[in-house]
Amino acid sequence: MNDMTPTREQREAALEGMGCKRKRVEDVRFTQGKGQYVDDLKLPGMVFGDFVRSPYPHAKITKIDATEALKIPGVIAVLTAEDLKGVNLAWMPTLAGDVQMVLADGKVLYQNQEVAFVVAEDRYIADDAIQLVDVEYEELPVLVDPFKSMDPDAPVLRPDLDGKTEGAHGPRKHHNHIFNWEVGDKDETAKAFAEADVTINEMISYHRTHPSPLETCQCVASMDKVKGELTVWGTFQAPHVIRTVASLLSTIPEHKIHVIAPDIGGGFGNKVGAYPGYICSIVASIVTGVPVKWVEDRMENLSTTSFARDYHMTTEIAARNDGTVTGLKVHVLADHGGFDACADPSKWPAGFFNIVTGSYDFPAAHLSVDGVYTNKAPGGVAYRCSFRVTEAAYCIERAMDILAQKLEMDPADLRIKNFVKADQFPYQSALGWEYDSGDYHTAMQKAMDTIGYRELRAEQKAKQEAFKRGETREIMGIGVSFFTEIVGAGPSKNCDILGVAMFDSAEIRVHPTGSVISRMGTKSQGQGHETTWAQIIATEIGIPADDIMVEEGNTDTAPYGLGTYGSRSTPVAGAAIALAARKIRNKAQMIAAHMLEVSEYDLEWDVDGFQVKGNPEARKSMKEIAWAAYHAPPPNMEPGLEAVSYYDPPNMTYPFGAYFCVMDIDVDTGVATTRRFYALDDCGTRINPMIIEGQVHGGLTEAFAIAMGQEIRYDETGNVLGASFMDFFIPTAVETPHWETDHTVTPSPHHPIGAKGVGESPNVGGVPAFSNAVNDAFQFLGNTHIQMPHDAWRIWQAAKDLGAHG
Amino acid sequence: MIPGEFTYHRPSSVAEAVAILVSHGDEARPLSGGHSLIPMMKLRMAAPEHLVDLGGIADLKGISEDGGTITIRAMTTQHELIGSDLLAEKLPIIKETSLLIADPQIRYVGTLGGNVANGDPGNDMPALMQCLNASYVLTGPDGDREVAARDFYEAAYFTALAPEEILTAVKIPTPPAGHGYAYEKLKRKVGDYATAAAAVLLTMNGGSVASASVALTNVADTPLYAADASNILTGSTLDDATVASAVAAAEAITDPASDGRGPAEYRTKMAGIMMQRALARAADRARS
Repeated sequence: MNDMTPTREQREAALEGMGCKRKRVEDVRFTQGKGQYVDDLKLPGMVFGDFVRSPYPHAKITKIDATEALKIPGVIAVLTAEDLKGVNLAWMPTLAGDVQMVLADGKVLYQNQEVAFVVAEDRYIADDAIQLVDVEYEELPVLVDPFKSMDPDAPVLRPDLDGKTEGAHGPRKHHNHIFNWEVGDKDETAKAFAEADVTINEMISYHRTHPSPLETCQCVASMDKVKGELTVWGTFQAPHVIRTVASLLSTIPEHKIHVIAPDIGGGFGNKVGAYPGYICSIVASIVTGVPVKWVEDRMENLSTTSFARDYHMTTEIAARNDGTVTGLKVHVLADHGGFDACADPSKWPAGFFNIVTGSYDFPAAHLSVDGVYTNKAPGGVAYRCSFRVTEAAYCIERAMDILAQKLEMDPADLRIKNFVKADQFPYQSALGWEYDSGDYHTAMQKAMDTIGYRELRAEQKAKQEAFKRGETREIMGIGVSFFTEIVGAGPSKNCDILGVAMFDSAEIRVHPTGSVISRMGTKSQGQGHETTWAQIIATEIGIPADDIMVEEGNTDTAPYGLGTYGSRSTPVAGAAIALAARKIRNKAQMIAAHMLEVSEYDLEWDVDGFQVKGNPEARKSMKEIAWAAYHAPPPNMEPGLEAVSYYDPPNMTYPFGAYFCVMDIDVDTGVATTRRFYALDDCGTRINPMIIEGQVHGGLTEAFAIAMGQEIRYDETGNVLGASFMDFFIPTAVETPHWETDHTVTPSPHHPIGAKGVGESPNVGGVPAFSNAVNDAFQFLGNTHIQMPHDAWRIWQAAKDLGAHG
Repeated sequence: MIPGEFTYHRPSSVAEAVAILVSHGDEARPLSGGHSLIPMMKLRMAAPEHLVDLGGIADLKGISEDGGTITIRAMTTQHELIGSDLLAEKLPIIKETSLLIADPQIRYVGTLGGNVANGDPGNDMPALMQCLNASYVLTGPDGDREVAARDFYEAAYFTALAPEEILTAVKIPTPPAGHGYAYEKLKRKVGDYATAAAAVLLTMNGGSVASASVALTNVADTPLYAADASNILTGSTLDDATVASAVAAAEAITDPASDGRGPAEYRTKMAGIMMQRALARAADRARS
């Protein structure tokens, strides 16, 4: 070899493959304002749709008169439920097996519900017309508190379900009851509680919040009446599913529907489902024959399209005096609002909440969830989490702290005592999951050593003494959280959406000159797929990531996939990408053998090509092989170099992590300051450490927001409060704590590259760390549990209730 | 979030602006930084048919001192207040308060005149101006008149400003050199209105208070000049009992709304805490 020949290390580095802190290629356009979002789309003749919304949370509609609105020049149409009935679209099915009004059909069930759809030549005219649509309401009694939903005299919210004693998930016990879902062994659990030395029982609420992506939900629908083809550009996390649903609802054949998700400005679960705006835009385009754009404003987004959480979890743990947990019992009251529009896999009415045993070896557990209707907006989406996993993680992590308190044990020690041990994996949980891999003890020890846990406890003790002596008005909390997630939905044996199995897909095509176009069934909303997918391919087939183009979101060109949410992209599509790439490498090996005139079994893979075993001088690079694939393939072999893979995962993946929050609280104002936040994540194989760090920073910032104040509130008469960024807490760089990140690596044994997914871990694990820090701070004053969100006034109130204001 | 139709005017003199207001009466509104008015229009809670942008009036800019009075013209931005050497030397509390308003982008556009004239109890400058005993110059068809900041505010968004008048300048008596001052603001995040805030101005004579002035932000439907609290402090040595009684007097005049920032009881208590903390810092500064 001469000096100019790159070394193996240099060739490897040139690929920018897995493990490389490769810069995000999409950021070149995002940071220059050159992203192309739905609202950037301008089509000839395009008109605009906007909603008349209900000011009342529960009312009958006695009249809708659009006469005056239609007189405004530029107003084209005003659609109501009566118009939609003509095309059988006044109601639409939800992903959770319920039905939902597209436009108010005789009544409204929550404030700001869509009542009529105004179509006009521009947005200003549409808004002027909205003011002139005359709607008469007759107010009905309002149901806000989910704990009153099943009172005998509770108002009937859904007369359309009158007499239906059977819902999509079994029997309904009351006119406002949606489903009951039970998992686990009730008798074994009861036995554990009967024999327990110690038990705890606490109602732990996870309040209503919202994913609030910076870009709201929006679409442009364009019906070409001549060709009979419908094109919809939209903010879709799952464009292929949207196309299938659109075809089923509209009866337009699926091949004549083109769904395109362009750049998306954040999703966080808000852009999985189908909303009335999409349906109305499609219908309006069919009616008018011109493209129709609909763009939600911020208040519409926060108050109507898909809240998250609103889970009220009565949690009991049975334990021995030495701290060993023996049983877990959870009952959840789930507030779903006016319609059950949860975006869960169809058979899972409470998502994967049965991961609630967390990281602990519970021999027995029982879970029961009741979903109910209230006069609030529908939703219940997975806000940066895998289907109710964040609720489950909050529930068990808060409860373990409460148990530690009762046992007078350190909460970290209690966790360590009960962890599933490394040699127990694959571990069968009492609520039915098979955890694929983990090494909790190692992760916890690394985290505790790094943060100096014992020293922090000593400092806290000293501060508590000083507070009691009246020397300071500041107290200190240490929040411990050790979460186990379940992501990567999912295996077809468990998971489908409206009957479509939750596989995902990748198609990779190597061009003659050795560059690549690849397409996946997923859809990035900021996750950085264009960067990371190329890195997987680069490592697998030895072509530099910079020579690999990644495209997602166009249903005409991308293979069918279930989309991006629930941290499923890497566990599912990531696997499909690796397997498709390996098909290409296998074919490349046969081509290389032909070129080198050896048997393919005499070749070995070496970074970016094949070489003859024992004679590395005899080698062919992937670039040379790609050219040969199109120029001189072996006899009897098809030319070309491309592959498709559809991956049905054998199991979920189970990322985990140890998070610690150190917080100082001003008792007199309730202001909490996060002094340190340390996050150790184990997501298995790490594809791009920089993107992982960015994901963790983003998720922790959301977790901070949720735990410390982010809330969709309703008053007792059903008015939605704070549905703007003035009140809805989005932290700025000023409020956001500094994040310390760390990792261990326990690869998934069943995933082709061992990766588990990470995007949602920080939200799931972060919320309990913050909440436990607040609760921990007040423990020495007798606190057991303070409900979230922990904004300053609520912390002040808790301090006052504990007698800390003197 | 889309406003109704309106006509946009951009006069180049105060007289021209007043003339437009006179000819359209209630249907016209002057526009300064627009941070309150434009969102209200987008929500269609305000629907002026004529918007009179004061941004083109060169006369409405500038900060000057003459004979013990500092005059700040109405369209001076918060960013300009922060950058003023004169204010930094003579009235540093204005810089301290301005830096607690929203964020730099907003402060580049937001003006002192708009902040005090709009009558929004959430704004920070009105209470500060009451603390400083400022007066507002109101210019109408019949010329100028002056109204004390302490007399200007009637209720939320209701002020002594007549529909055909423009608030053109704020006049502040220059406090003595070596005065103590502090503005303490409790807020949920950058950009939020105060949960409660307090402005304190103090002069000390030896160990006792020669003069004290306290005003409170966003704990009633107007800014509050805490006259009783100011009187209690004057002449005292700021001993614990006097401070406690002044804080109680200030809390007694609050009447905050319960909202996302907290229930009324909390916001009243926070007004007291902010006042107490502002007082402590002001005293430190006055002694140093």
